[in-house]
Amino acid sequence: MKTNPAVPYLFVAPGFLLVCLFIYYPVIDNLQSSFFSWNSFSPNREFLGFDNYTRIFGDSVFQIALKNNLIHALVSLLVQVFGGLIIAAILEDNIFRKVAPVLRTIYFMPVLISITVIGLLFSFIYNPQIGLLNKLLEVVGLEQFATGWLGESSTAFSAVIAMGQWIGTGYIAMLYIVAIQKIPAELYEAAKMDGANKIQTFFYVTVPQVKEMTFVAVIFTLSQSMLTFADVYVLTQGGPGNSSQVLSTYLYDKAFVDNEMGYASTIANVIFAISIIFYTIQSKILKTGKGD
Amino acid sequence: MSNKSAEYKFVAKTADRTGYPAKRKKPWASWNGIALTSAFLFLYFLAVAYPLFWMLINSFKDTNEIFASSWSLPSEWLFSNYQEAWETGVSKFFFNSLFVTVLTILFTVMLSAFCAYGLSRFEFKGKTVILALLTAGLMFPPQVSLIPLYKLVQAIGIYDTHWALIIPYVAFRISLVMLLIRSFFLQIPKELEEAAYLEGCSSAGIFFRIYLPLSKPILVTSMLLTAYWAWNEFLFANIFIDSDSQKTITAGLLAFRDALYTNWGVLMAGLVISSLPLVVLFLFVQKYFVRGLADGGVKG
Repeated sequence: MKTNPAVPYLFVAPGFLLVCLFIYYPVIDNLQSSFFSWNSFSPNREFLGFDNYTRIFGDSVFQIALKNNLIHALVSLLVQVFGGLIIAAILEDNIFRKVAPVLRTIYFMPVLISITVIGLLFSFIYNPQIGLLNKLLEVVGLEQFATGWLGESSTAFSAVIAMGQWIGTGYIAMLYIVAIQKIPAELYEAAKMDGANKIQTFFYVTVPQVKEMTFVAVIFTLSQSMLTFADVYVLTQGGPGNSSQVLSTYLYDKAFVDNEMGYASTIANVIFAISIIFYTIQSKILKTGKGD
Repeated sequence: MSNKSAEYKFVAKTADRTGYPAKRKKPWASWNGIALTSAFLFLYFLAVAYPLFWMLINSFKDTNEIFASSWSLPSEWLFSNYQEAWETGVSKFFFNSLFVTVLTILFTVMLSAFCAYGLSRFEFKGKTVILALLTAGLMFPPQVSLIPLYKLVQAIGIYDTHWALIIPYVAFRISLVMLLIRSFFLQIPKELEEAAYLEGCSSAGIFFRIYLPLSKPILVTSMLLTAYWAWNEFLFANIFIDSDSQKTITAGLLAFRDALYTNWGVLMAGLVISSLPLVVLFLFVQKYFVRGLADGGVKG
């Protein structure tokens, strides 16, 4: 087949140019602007070399933010990935076949609702006067634990994490349900013949068979946790007193509140480095993204 | 449910007769297990559904009643909260979101399909590099480009317009959608194309008359994934748009909350209105949507 040699370029050009201009150019621009001190009001930039990078490792707020991201990641792995897998396995069991479609739709509901709506709803739930959470504690007799969840620096970030689990677990469970449905039924029959109970079947059939999805879920959850922004921004804005700051909200504060654009670019590059690590692991092990 | 358990018990009993005395306890253990798991599923169900239900019932109350009794059903159902929410701003945010989402879907799917076609049916210089760069686009989270993009949208004069969202959204979605469509295109038999070519069809003709119609399932999945992403995008929506009149739902509701600080019933009504579109859409196209998320998850 002979076609004009320009044809493939014409098909590829619009999308490719857009990606270059709006993804690659900003990433490169961001790398170089982290070596300067500048703000959005004046065109003057002062070259700092690696000063922003030495500053960041001594910055106590940056440390809080990074630590919070890591805690978020750890909790999310346990609750969303492990919890999601267990929920998916239960829902795919024959015993719960009748209620599973309804339950998985309900469990998935938070994924469909915009994070702003959920954030505002949870700020009511955590509200010390009318909030559901304190009322619930009162009902079960634990009212001594009732507190102004978002206003205390000791509880604010836990409240943010809890909301993240409320949203994300149904999502991971849904991914696992898709994966479990692809497992050949013969494997379960064979396990039953061998006299395996439900828990043994879970560990010896389900878990190994959904290995690839587990890998996807782990990477997805980790990168979501390291990038989390909206939940913190809506619930606490990083407060009180930076106690619930994460990398993305700290980046936002430095760029758009304190107007320290160069330093904010440095924080963005730390996030970039973390993303590269995840992406490299993912493409090494899964060999996806090549499309063939 | 009861049938299944009966079968299960029966199997367990026959197993006992063949000489495993330890298994005699099994039916009881499994009944306890079923009760425990059911309780667990029910608690999780409550934890998800009750807050949403609470939002719904309180959206029909006035602020005093929310304060006095947020748990009970409304004494009087104030449907006017919905009208007020819609008129004080939610309708504006809603249509802004709709506009941004629809155009994002259109451009993303169109440009991605073009790229996918170019990168699946032709051999040309630079193909490997272009494919690698487009694929690696998945690696960059919006945060990394945030500050340069903020400057860029100002420099090209689209800051504070819907295009400041649409164009970056398309750029950030092309990689994933292109990969999904391309892996579908690669499965279309080449003979179809050759036959069409012999009958005098051009490359563009083959794309529009053969490839696109055959790829409907993946196009629908791509559209849903893009819709889901664009409708819920938060970071750019809050930073690249300044005027309340241009804001989409994710950013607009925060302004709406600040404006309605004392009128919680109306705020809740606004929250309910904003959640409806995707929930309703999902109930209709659940299968496509879930398959899309699973594929997108594996690729992305």
